[in-house]
Amino acid sequence: MWRWLHPYAKSEATFALNQKILPWFLIPGLLLTAVGLVWGLAYAPPDYQQGESYRIIFVHVPAAIWSMGFYVSMAIAGLIALVWQIRTAELAVLAIAPVGAALTFISLFTGAVWGQPMWGTWWVWDARLTSQLILLFLYLGVMALYVAFEDERAGGKAASILALVGVINIPIIHYSVYWWNTLHQQSTITKVITRFESPSIAPEMLWPLVVNIFAFMGLAAALVIMRLNNELLRREIHRPWAQKVLNSGDKENSNAV
Amino acid sequence: MNPRRKKRLIMTGGILAGFALATGLVLYALSQNIDLFYTPTEIVEGKGSDKTLPEVGQRLRIGGLVVPGSVRREGSGLSVAFNLVDVGPAEVTVEYEGILPDLFREGQGIVAQGTLVAPNRIKASQVLARHDEEYMPPALAEALKGIQHVPPSQWQVEDDENTNEDDESSGGYYDR
Repeated sequence: MWRWLHPYAKSEATFALNQKILPWFLIPGLLLTAVGLVWGLAYAPPDYQQGESYRIIFVHVPAAIWSMGFYVSMAIAGLIALVWQIRTAELAVLAIAPVGAALTFISLFTGAVWGQPMWGTWWVWDARLTSQLILLFLYLGVMALYVAFEDERAGGKAASILALVGVINIPIIHYSVYWWNTLHQQSTITKVITRFESPSIAPEMLWPLVVNIFAFMGLAAALVIMRLNNELLRREIHRPWAQKVLNSGDKENSNAV
Repeated sequence: MNPRRKKRLIMTGGILAGFALATGLVLYALSQNIDLFYTPTEIVEGKGSDKTLPEVGQRLRIGGLVVPGSVRREGSGLSVAFNLVDVGPAEVTVEYEGILPDLFREGQGIVAQGTLVAPNRIKASQVLARHDEEYMPPALAEALKGIQHVPPSQWQVEDDENTNEDDESSGGYYDR
């Protein structure tokens, strides 16, 4: 059943696959970002309650959704790295962590900028904000653990364990606004998946938001793919396949270096 | 799956399950302390299964909806007092001196931090506004909820006399 996956344990095969799929994330990601941001920031109607200020939702919500989504993918890579001991999976953990940390930071920062005019405060220690801050620390911890060991494989293993264990925080972030009373309001979009409710946002605002959600996914995934390929090349710089890639000119692989 | 991988899978699964259980128990034990605020009902009738009442003099946060018609300005300064309610009938009065957030309206969800000065009276040092998870253009809000769109500059009443009429026109929204 999983036999088709086996060739990708080899760095070479993963690198080639990554090169092939990169444009399918990067180009739609860039296009959708342009469309989604212009649509959301300039053409979507203002909100009945928050006026124009609500527009930060078009950055805040996609960043927050994918800060959690990419954490889950990092945890899965960590699980594969621990159980099957495939080094490429460890490198995937290393590739995802800074991208996820950046998304988490964007969600926290835009949340603070949004909270100041609407709630009246930049920050409050409620369950949602605090658990999202813990997510940022988990990402930073994974990054730090990876380089904290003399032996890189030991670092990769430690980082994978932290990535995997930290996945417990993901449902806590999502359900924090339901389990406890918080200043942060309840979910508008993700409740479609977790509570089978329809999104509580008008269609003319929902569509640009959906575009932005896919745009952020495309861009973040493209960054992860580029990072993973860079790590693969760096680790195997003296291997024939890497030499071949580097010597084949900068034409097709320029975006990997 | 080969036995060594199987063993590692069981071990990692076990570690994950153990951590999940530990986190779950910690959060369960802390559950009431993780709440950001007391609701008015919890202040008047007590919080949790053992109905613990907060003590007078305790610093706490309260969260509830501003009772329509309860906002009173004292003098010409920034002093304001209003009542908060959740499921009712318990109401708690909040006194505050300072600038209210833009979203402050009658019917709006509010979180206030301060000191309990009487069993149902709080002197607040900070008032924060909550908003709900619904987003819609003003025209739709008017059709759906009968809420007239009023620009933020007119949300807050300027003097005592027209407190009620002014705020009813801004349409208190207290669906939560």
